[in-house]
Amino acid sequence: MSALRPLPRWADVVLLPLLNLLLAFVVSGLVVLMIGQNPLVAMQAIVVGAFGNGFNIGYTLYYATNFVFTGLAVAVAAHAGLFNIGGNGQAYIAGLGVATVALALDQTHWLIVAPLAFLAAAFMGGLWAFIPGWLQAKRGSHVVITTIMFNFIASAIMVYMLNRVFKPANIMGPESRTFAEGGRLPKLGEFFGPFQHTPVNLSIFVALVALVAVYVLIWHTKFGYALRTLGFNPTASRYAGISNSKTIMITMTLSGALAGMVALNEVMGVQNRLVLDFVADAGFVGIAVALMGRNHPIGIGLAALLFGALYQGGNELQYVVPGLTREMVVIIQALVILFTGAMEGLFRPGLQRTLMLLSPEQKAEAVARGTVKSES
Amino acid sequence: MAAASAPADSWAIELEKINKRFGAVHANKDIDLKVRRGTIHGIVGENGAGKSTLMSILYGFYTADSGTIRVNGEVAHITDSRHALALGIGMVHQHFMLVDNFSVLENVVLGAEDSGFIKPSLDRARRELDQLEREYELEVDPDAIIEDISVGQQQRVEILKALYRGAETLILDEPTGVLTPKEADDLFRVLETLRAQGKTVILITHKLREIMAITDYVSVMRQGEMVDTLKTSETNPEQLAELMVGRRVLLRVEKGPANPGKTLLEVQNLTVADDMGVVRVKDVSFSVRAGEIVGIAGVSGNGQSELLEAITGMRDQKSGKVLLNGNEMHLRGDDGAARARAGGLAHVPEDRQRMGLVTQFAEWENSILGYHNSPEYGGALLDIAAVKKQAAERIATFDVRPANINLKSSLFSGGNQQKIVLAREMERNPDVLVVGQPTRGVDIGAIEFIHNQIIKMRDAGKAILLVSVELDEIRSLADRILVMFDGTIVGEADPATATEGELGLMMAGIANKEAAE
Repeated sequence: MSALRPLPRWADVVLLPLLNLLLAFVVSGLVVLMIGQNPLVAMQAIVVGAFGNGFNIGYTLYYATNFVFTGLAVAVAAHAGLFNIGGNGQAYIAGLGVATVALALDQTHWLIVAPLAFLAAAFMGGLWAFIPGWLQAKRGSHVVITTIMFNFIASAIMVYMLNRVFKPANIMGPESRTFAEGGRLPKLGEFFGPFQHTPVNLSIFVALVALVAVYVLIWHTKFGYALRTLGFNPTASRYAGISNSKTIMITMTLSGALAGMVALNEVMGVQNRLVLDFVADAGFVGIAVALMGRNHPIGIGLAALLFGALYQGGNELQYVVPGLTREMVVIIQALVILFTGAMEGLFRPGLQRTLMLLSPEQKAEAVARGTVKSES
Repeated sequence: MAAASAPADSWAIELEKINKRFGAVHANKDIDLKVRRGTIHGIVGENGAGKSTLMSILYGFYTADSGTIRVNGEVAHITDSRHALALGIGMVHQHFMLVDNFSVLENVVLGAEDSGFIKPSLDRARRELDQLEREYELEVDPDAIIEDISVGQQQRVEILKALYRGAETLILDEPTGVLTPKEADDLFRVLETLRAQGKTVILITHKLREIMAITDYVSVMRQGEMVDTLKTSETNPEQLAELMVGRRVLLRVEKGPANPGKTLLEVQNLTVADDMGVVRVKDVSFSVRAGEIVGIAGVSGNGQSELLEAITGMRDQKSGKVLLNGNEMHLRGDDGAARARAGGLAHVPEDRQRMGLVTQFAEWENSILGYHNSPEYGGALLDIAAVKKQAAERIATFDVRPANINLKSSLFSGGNQQKIVLAREMERNPDVLVVGQPTRGVDIGAIEFIHNQIIKMRDAGKAILLVSVELDEIRSLADRILVMFDGTIVGEADPATATEGELGLMMAGIANKEAAE
């Protein structure tokens, strides 16, 4: 039991994650040192690789877009006390919706295709999360289990659909035909020179809107109120007459719809066709992003940017420092997840103690409050 | 231990200038306390007075910021509970720390095993337990499974656990909160035996009657400070209450005669099962009229909780009807509570922290729990400004302290949390108010306020159903008493004429059978 005063908000949201991040980088540096490479060179390679020029930034933002969607998906569910680990599967299945719309309408204009693809992605992703939500609400099957299983089912379905339904006769690999111009989301490079030849596309604006929308949903709507009540205390929500089962199903659907937006970015924005495994592991990275971002849209935005930078900078690293392979980058990412996510409380007690020692005015305030209380 | 050779009037525990802060809260301010060996020493105080903090420091849960602890005259720096036990200090917590599906013997041994193999420890424990039970008249079957024995027996196991570990000083934190009156009497007898055998007992409670009945000395705490230590024989409940609250308190409820009108709440043949499917409420029927308080008395666990939950839509009923104002309510389904509220039924739940509040929410967020869908708080978007404005008004009306609607609800004291719930449920002017354990864990000053609010609702013509395990509360508030035993209502009594003894027998399920014969 901690007898310490809770951290001030700025320390909780900014300082603590930064300290954790620093620790992750120090430990990563030690690993790099053990391999016999210079950690400072590696560090510089990652930073330059992520933010060094417009091209690199473009890639970083492209990755970050995915992580915003999956991070928000995890966060929305987490506020209702649900752990949606199925972001991968939901994003993957959402690809079916996007591809179907794009393939059917790519002779028209992207302005017509994009809104429909958006809806289709939300619908399919939402559907893929609704089923586990329904199973939990009505059958008591835990979403952690079912969403994991639904990732595998999604993989199997997608292999089948790509091979048997979407693959044109003249293509060897399991992929759909490439969409015509009308089925592609414009890339930012078309309007903004420095981003030329990078995959970052208009869906980044969808991500930004989603960040705001999730904030409003959770803290400013009645549904958000019900959702948070359920997440904190299911007995209290039952007492309040909130239908827990309905709230679970709606929340999971929303969460899946958010994860489904990855398909908008990947399928309509970048690949311009449906391919195997286009999600990569964005769904799982989303868990780390939500953890690090404390399930708050601002935190998620920043954490997504960090992980985007690690992905992109890590890719560059292997070209700059030949001794460091792609696997090394995965280790660094894992350490960041470990220290910012799983072990985020590591510095908390120490930091609380330090801050209490450092701020005499807090002590004075405490004394003042004590006296006020005893007089009343 | 050296207890036998020490002089009879020496101190078992001495605390000097103990200070403890939790952030802004100064929970213990320069506390001095001396506990004489071989006595029962009561510590009273309102919730949040710092009693539990002080005992947690003594038991090694917290470390004091400053101050000295002496055990048997020697300075001790107690670092954890294991250390406290080694010094002969044992604690019986308010919420028992027992493994439900272990036997009594296994629970006693748990954490005090002699070696990696359990058998020798159990055998040794069985012998020692047998001796302890005889010495202190604490009969418990060592092979009984915890979940099968009564709460009173479970408490004995906790006491045995402490004694088995060599406790010379025993701290009991609100030990009678979960007991029937008879079980409480049994406990007091055990405590007297312990005292006779030279053990020291520290009894934390907020019930003045218990202090008067059993303790030798009593220390009063208020807002983190030790106000006074008195010889029990030289004080009285009124003086203690005044010391606790810092002003004069009316211990009796002042209310006029009831003026019942038409029936507002009617329960017909209600049958309810608990989560395990066990039928807890069996074919119960009763009604509550406008302008009266109907109290349901009974020992905790006889179906009162399930009855309340079914009437308020929190639990599906198996069969039966609930009529509000003559209209049958459809309460099945997990949003039944919303329909009950829409029908004009407000509910102050038994367990405010588990049901009535989301403790992580700010006060203003809790001020609309259950009513958040009402149009006055906006459409799909929550009109936060409107909610906050109303919350600020209510916090003033109900004198919630601190008067800060942005404060996290868990940081309010028990009494103030209850006021938050009461304000929410009463200010909507419901027809029927269902109240469970309105003053459980609430300090004396707030009890007075809460009782007066309930009577005010009655006098405004509302129908009030009150469930409480505090017999005193039922007797002083209710206009009619229904006694519940084993899921049925075994009798009705008039609070003006019924004695505590008669009610106690009915609560034990005895009077009914005799009356029927």
